[in-house]
Amino acid sequence: MPTQAMPSEFFLAHIWLVPLFPLAASAVMLFFGKKLSNSAVNVFCVGSVLLSMVLGFGAIFQLIARPAAQRLVEFALFNWIPAGPMHTTSGHLVNFNAQWGYLFDPLTAVMVGIVTGVGFLIHVYSMGYMAHEGGYYRFFGYLNLFMFSMLTLVLANNILMMFVGWEGVGLCSYLLIGFYFLKKSATDAGKKAFIVNRIGDTGFLLGIFLLVGTLGTLNFTAIRGAILAGNFAVGDAALTAIALLLFVGATGKSAQIPLYVWLPDAMEGPTPVSALIHAATMVTAGVYMLVRTNAIFEMAPRALTVIAVVGAVTAFYAATMGVLQNDIKKVLAYSTISQLGYMFLACGVGAFGAGIFHLMTHAFFKGLLFLGAGSVIHAMSGEQDMQKMGALGGKIRTTYLTMFAATLAIAGIPPFAGFFSKDEILAHAFQRSHALWFVGWITAGMTAFYMFRLLFLTFLGKSRVPHEVEHHIHESPSNMTVPLIILALLSVVGGWIGLGGRFEAFLDPVVRARAPLVISDCMEYIPTPGSQSAEQIRAEQLQADQGYQRCLDEASAARTRSQAVNQAFGGPILEEATEVPLMIASVAIALVGIGLAWFLYIKRTDLPDKIAAGLGGLYRFVYNKYYVDQIYDALFVNRAKDLGLTLGAFDRTFIDGLFVNGSGVVTRAISVISIYWDKWIIDGSVNFAAMAVRVLSIPVRWLQTGRVSSYAGFIVLGVLLLIGFYLHAAGYTLANLRP
Amino acid sequence: MIGTGHYLFLSLALLLIGVVGVVTRRNVIVILMSIELILNAVNINLVAFSRLAGSVEGQVFAIFIITDAAAEAAVGLGIIIAFFRNRETVLSDEMDLLKW
Repeated sequence: MPTQAMPSEFFLAHIWLVPLFPLAASAVMLFFGKKLSNSAVNVFCVGSVLLSMVLGFGAIFQLIARPAAQRLVEFALFNWIPAGPMHTTSGHLVNFNAQWGYLFDPLTAVMVGIVTGVGFLIHVYSMGYMAHEGGYYRFFGYLNLFMFSMLTLVLANNILMMFVGWEGVGLCSYLLIGFYFLKKSATDAGKKAFIVNRIGDTGFLLGIFLLVGTLGTLNFTAIRGAILAGNFAVGDAALTAIALLLFVGATGKSAQIPLYVWLPDAMEGPTPVSALIHAATMVTAGVYMLVRTNAIFEMAPRALTVIAVVGAVTAFYAATMGVLQNDIKKVLAYSTISQLGYMFLACGVGAFGAGIFHLMTHAFFKGLLFLGAGSVIHAMSGEQDMQKMGALGGKIRTTYLTMFAATLAIAGIPPFAGFFSKDEILAHAFQRSHALWFVGWITAGMTAFYMFRLLFLTFLGKSRVPHEVEHHIHESPSNMTVPLIILALLSVVGGWIGLGGRFEAFLDPVVRARAPLVISDCMEYIPTPGSQSAEQIRAEQLQADQGYQRCLDEASAARTRSQAVNQAFGGPILEEATEVPLMIASVAIALVGIGLAWFLYIKRTDLPDKIAAGLGGLYRFVYNKYYVDQIYDALFVNRAKDLGLTLGAFDRTFIDGLFVNGSGVVTRAISVISIYWDKWIIDGSVNFAAMAVRVLSIPVRWLQTGRVSSYAGFIVLGVLLLIGFYLHAAGYTLANLRP
Repeated sequence: MIGTGHYLFLSLALLLIGVVGVVTRRNVIVILMSIELILNAVNINLVAFSRLAGSVEGQVFAIFIITDAAAEAAVGLGIIIAFFRNRETVLSDEMDLLKW
């Protein structure tokens, strides 16, 4: 299979440029952004994402233009970590090596399309939404850094490079949740998101380690090849462990039980961030990772069961909390968790294609719902409580109609996008287990209920808007409404590409186990004739024949195994006979949910409070999100704090007290001795020398009077003495001065 | 008849008067004047020996010394004026800046 791009395929060959534009723009923003005007920021940041989108879609079209069997381009830019030889756990010596490489196949194509397309629309929307906020350049700098990380994540050809993007999006998520850093709740939410993600990332990292140890490679194609080569049995313990560890990472990033708690709090960030990062792209990274490494998961049915159950339970559990929320963004946050649960349910039942399909439609309608909510909040001058809204439909008509389309899509009403993807998931779940289907089915009804509750409370019914806010209500500017309209169109028609299983057929080369070894792989066992004796040749040939036969046996065994896997999870195409009743059932429960919402929030608006009062404790239990935050605080957060305090006390008393302060005291004592030595011996000898000179100089000091005349007198005296001396030497005496 | 010996005695007397002046007087101007006396004692000495030897070199030296004395007096007075401006005194016993 040609994995290199043809010279004519410009976009495929330059796919590595796609993440670089946002990176460059983000670098400009974060280093020089303060000096730039808002319009310059727009040119850099929105322009860079536009360039990425153009390149990305060019690559997608060129990939589609290839025949289905050749839709894979892979190349490495450079050797990133050339670590050298290592032994795998099975004792094989492999050359471990991580490349900085790019992989572009149908799965990547879908993700690149979503990330650049929805990302671009949200960038355009942000120009309007953030126009009056401080830190405009900072916002776009972070947002572009996020685009770079996310594109690195989806374009990576190995799991370690994917991890780089994975951590990058986590960082950007943290920075953007805490964007309003003067608000304590925002910075706390950022920290919570980051720390909870760290827990998941630990699992992911351990999974990577185990993966390298078991398979000896990080490269996705090589992982797939190694597994499909039939070296592992279905249910292999190592692969199951890897799958579960990777899934721990996915639960953190994609907000599944038990690590979902950060996502509702993440709504503290600006609304476009919630739309892009916490609905459309980043939180789906976990699903993407699962699908990307699906070869491992297919070999681990127990792990898949865990994933399916966690996904279904999360979908239901988050939906129950979404029903009772009053904050418009919180409802959408719980809805996102619930929908992500659907995606994991899909992966868990082996319907990886359906999971990605729902990921895509969800990106459209949930991105739209968040942007619409942002538009509502914008119109309401920052109010997020739905109890203080109502009857906005007439005043912000575009927002209302686009959100209506998105709500129909998420509720699963045909022919809107969500219907197709959700239905596919439910159909696959039904095939695997009726219980899973039932949970998903009930959740679908609850989804319809709480989404229409949101719609009715916000846009219809009686206005509960405070008077001073009422006359400020206005439709958002066109750079906010146009993205809404485009996403609304996608929410309507986005599901149609899945008609007749076309979408899953497109993803098929990535997610379906293929027969691995072909006969030609065994050809290396045929010896090349050399100049040996006839006996040697015969012996070699015998050996080669055995190797060749063994190779063929392995190949056929592997083929049988992969067929078994296919049968276990992919199964035969669902029969129309089952699919149609399932469709009718899910549409019916959606309609029931809508009807109930209409009855409670339009027809008998007094009923919800009565029901709440009637339920009492149960209502409060769910309204307070099952007290999970409090339980986590008591079980983990405060225990971690206690541990920290204990370690701190240990540090202070033992490390600081005994070692640091102790050595200080000892040094001080030594220095006291040293001071005496210095003062009396070293300085003393110096001072003694000076004093000795001083004492010795006493006899001659009187000579130096400082008076010129006395010096002159000394000179005369000296001259007279010299004259006297010479006269004496010449034989003169006082008696005979006359010679 | 006045001989060379008389001149020498006069010279010696002038020298002693000059030396005693230099050593004992406090006023620097008087000290300078005393130095003039010493120089003139030397001059008389030179001229006396020049006459005794019948040669002219001694007289030439005397003229040089007179010139030198004039220059020295000018420089000395300049120094005294400069000093007076700084210390407002011309008394040598107050010129003790060199004393430690």
